[in-house]
Amino acid sequence: MNKIVKNADEAIKDIGDNTTLMLGGFGLCGIPENCIAALVKKGVKGLTCISNNAGVDDFGIGLMLNTRQVKKMISSYVGENAEFERQLLSGELEVELIPQGTLATRCLAAGYGMPAIFTPAGVGTEVAIGKETRKFMVEGTEKEFLMEMAFDADFALVKAWKGDPFGNLIFRETARNFNPMMAMAGKITIAEVEELVPAGALDPDHIHTPGIFVHRIFQGIDYEKRIEQKTVRKK
Amino acid sequence: MLDKIGIAKRIAKEIKDGYYVNLGIGIPTLVANYIPQGMNVVLQSENGLLGMGPFPFEGEEDADLINAGKQTITTVPGSVFFDSAMSFGMIRSRKVHLTILGAMEVSEKGDIANWKIPGKMVKGMGGAMDLVASAKNIIVAMQHVNKAGESKLLSKCDLPLTGVGCVKKIVTELAVIDITPDGFKLLERAPGVSIEEIKNATHGKLIIEGEIPEMVID
Repeated sequence: MNKIVKNADEAIKDIGDNTTLMLGGFGLCGIPENCIAALVKKGVKGLTCISNNAGVDDFGIGLMLNTRQVKKMISSYVGENAEFERQLLSGELEVELIPQGTLATRCLAAGYGMPAIFTPAGVGTEVAIGKETRKFMVEGTEKEFLMEMAFDADFALVKAWKGDPFGNLIFRETARNFNPMMAMAGKITIAEVEELVPAGALDPDHIHTPGIFVHRIFQGIDYEKRIEQKTVRKK
Repeated sequence: MLDKIGIAKRIAKEIKDGYYVNLGIGIPTLVANYIPQGMNVVLQSENGLLGMGPFPFEGEEDADLINAGKQTITTVPGSVFFDSAMSFGMIRSRKVHLTILGAMEVSEKGDIANWKIPGKMVKGMGGAMDLVASAKNIIVAMQHVNKAGESKLLSKCDLPLTGVGCVKKIVTELAVIDITPDGFKLLERAPGVSIEEIKNATHGKLIIEGEIPEMVID
């Protein structure tokens, strides 16, 4: 079993126009930097991006917004991006805002082979408009839930700390975030890793994402790992 | 009248030993600084961490270690990382005891609006809708009136809702107020604030029963 591809260009070579992508990361933490750079270089257009955030003006998904490659964003929070705001207000970009837990769980449902989930998030708000609801008993009282559908993504682009030729992945700290569920959810999952290790080098007990979910893996290069908000205290 | 730190200090008194707590952005983040010494409290950050510690020392920040406000942070002994689905699993299954967050408006029924202002750029709800829909106990930290001097404690929210019937308690610069089936119930006054001032700053139904004590803030 060898899922290793040479680099990001090779990994994304069959991602075409009007594709639906999942991109891991929370803010700029744990984002697939190499794949994003390769997509910008390739110039594919009309992308639908499922990602918790939309990057900043000059990093992350923001790079693909600058080149007008994104048709639609599906996210929970899209602040900190002026070009995003401009495209949204001018109607060039479509945005669907959904609760963060709903986003995570719609990825999870796709990865677990379940068509839909029921969640209380958004009941009684505009998020519920047009959605099927159902009541269930919870701790002795009837509570309303929204039915939310599993995502259907052509590709999932994830970033891990370590990986092996089987596609087994280990994430680091809060850079894990949406990456494991998205890895499970993509029809084709591409993993970029900071450190590609030989088969057998990862402890099976410590692997977060089993390689069965990963189709292609490559050793990423030149990670910037930009910090969005540096907050420190004095010694 | 309380400043932001005063509000944070008063809310910190609601935290009990053994609690798992989720703190929102703004005043709620400050609450972490006033949790009494010796109390065992675990802070949850919904991007995937239990056991959040203070900001790192200069030069020790780690790009892989951030909170839900995307700020660099540290961990404390016993901390654990997990993915976003598991994070909202612990929120939805009510394992998190207390959620503290900010708001633009709260209604006397406990409805909360804190994510969208029509006509302004909408940034998104993040995890707020999930948190308010599931939390056992929600305390709102906010200013009693907005910048235009209008009450943020209303009979009905004007802004688009984040959640319905979920807020249990509000702490503002003027007062501590419980949400009861009959409306806002005044529990405590901020130091130097009269009942009249609180009444004037509250638009929803305000229940005042008996003597209303002044808050005790250390």
